Amino acid sequence: MSGRKACIVGVGETQYARWGKIGDVTEHALACQAIQRAVVDAGLSMKDVDGLASFAEDRNEATFLAAELGLPALRFANMVWLPGGGGGCAAVGNAAMAVETGQAEVVVVYRSLCQGQFFRFGTGGVDASAPPDPAPPTVQPANSLMLASMGFAMPYGLLMAAAAYALPTRRHMHLYGTRPEQLGLLAVTFREHASRNPRAVMGQKPMTLDDYFASPMIADPHRLFDCCLESDGACAVVVTTEERARDLARRSVEILASEQGAPQGYAFGPFTNANIADEIYATGGTEEMAKRLWGKAGLKPSDVDVAQIYDHFTGCVLMQVEDYGFCARGEGGAFIESGALKWNGGSLPTNTHGGSLSEAYIHGLNHVVEGVRSLRGESTSPVDGAEVCLVTSGACVPSSALVLGRK
Amino acid sequence: MFGDERCVCAIQRIGIGAKMSERFFPDGMPQPLADTTTLPFWEAAAEHRLVVQRCADCGQTRLPPSPVCAECQSDRSDWQEVSGLGEVYSFTIVHRPLAAEQSLPFVIAVISLEGSGGLRMISNIVGIAPEAVEIAMPVELVWEDMSETLAIPRFRPRS
Ligand SMILES: [Zn+2]
Repeated sequence: MSGRKACIVGVGETQYARWGKIGDVTEHALACQAIQRAVVDAGLSMKDVDGLASFAEDRNEATFLAAELGLPALRFANMVWLPGGGGGCAAVGNAAMAVETGQAEVVVVYRSLCQGQFFRFGTGGVDASAPPDPAPPTVQPANSLMLASMGFAMPYGLLMAAAAYALPTRRHMHLYGTRPEQLGLLAVTFREHASRNPRAVMGQKPMTLDDYFASPMIADPHRLFDCCLESDGACAVVVTTEERARDLARRSVEILASEQGAPQGYAFGPFTNANIADEIYATGGTEEMAKRLWGKAGLKPSDVDVAQIYDHFTGCVLMQVEDYGFCARGEGGAFIESGALKWNGGSLPTNTHGGSLSEAYIHGLNHVVEGVRSLRGESTSPVDGAEVCLVTSGACVPSSALVLGRK
Repeated sequence: MFGDERCVCAIQRIGIGAKMSERFFPDGMPQPLADTTTLPFWEAAAEHRLVVQRCADCGQTRLPPSPVCAECQSDRSDWQEVSGLGEVYSFTIVHRPLAAEQSLPFVIAVISLEGSGGLRMISNIVGIAPEAVEIAMPVELVWEDMSETLAIPRFRPRS
């Protein structure tokens, strides 16, 4: 080992807003703002930054951002292959690899979303109110591997993530008796956490279990309040060496372990792949990765003080708590019902910022930001004496995760 | 763009002999996208044959189609027709439309295909009230001709 150990020294974000509410600023301008704030938070200058990292086909290219922000040189520009929200933690892991191998000194991981300026993700770009094309329907050429794979989902109307991830969740309910009340309690818990977070888009909108059951059904068992928000906003995370961190004012956060990947034959996950192995179909697909993660960290699930678990849909959180070993397979519903995820008194306080369900949907990089804050003692739903935080990225797609530690 | 020309030519060839069938979804539903690897599935569908890809060397079946057998690395494959009998592995009842004049809600399901070497496929369940659909329910194939060149395999409760 070179002796260079990576850590996180700064976090920052822009205002978070509902989908389409930031229309006067470009997505990449928001990225710049979040990067600037994270670098200031770290006590560094943009002249210190020599790497940028992102994930999932980021529209906001590092090459342009580096020029606009005045980086003296771009020594490391990296994007993770993991799709959608699966790569947030991996982007941080890749930044850590870059500084540990001497490829760069200071790498900023960023995510910016102004989806209102692009097509609406949940629709897959389809406008259901548009009149049909007068040409007779036929097979169209797919110009990418992803689209050829989507060809086995789209003709059946499977274009919406809420429907795709309802499939493994429904099977989980069938196999283990998981109930809608348990999914609802999870949503209510994260909303309660958001009520103390001034950044949270839904912070002023309390939710009861009755409100949950009154929310419209989108793709059974997913009601509206099972689905994450669609948000505008950006956030960023600064990674450098422990040696560099010693001179900085902020308490740095240790990266105890980082893992990424997918099980055999997973491809894009249940969205387009009906042939995921039976044993892992009704899971987040992250159990094997979780074992590697705990092994690398030298820790076990019971060592975790606080968790930030990617919550695109309630069922995906439920299956992840099983994958990561916080309870046995099939017991996720009962685990949630026990109040385990609550910030004050739960055995696994989770999504203390409100998560993607109630803070903002920034593809889960905001979960890394909250993980850092929770270990610095800066969370608005603080967990006293928290020393170990699990952060996960999107499950039910190839995923990634971090174990963070308080220095 | 990879494979486009060959794909378009092949697309123009398909659809001969497709029989008329019931309609369940409007014309404006998203259309399948295919490349040269996956197109034979849709060519067979246009002839009302539901096929899965089979490794010509080790016999392992796979879906969606792919260039190489993950079991034995062979790039030789052929197409095996399946019976169209299956059962529901999982499903969701969707309340949001994909196209104008689509009746709601509708059911998207994962179907375990009998005689396919253990494969499943994504499809729809039609011909039953959505709230009556259950996991493990036996279903059978029904073709929906969206046009003269496009037939979509869907499933209904087994008669
Ligand atoms: Zn083979």
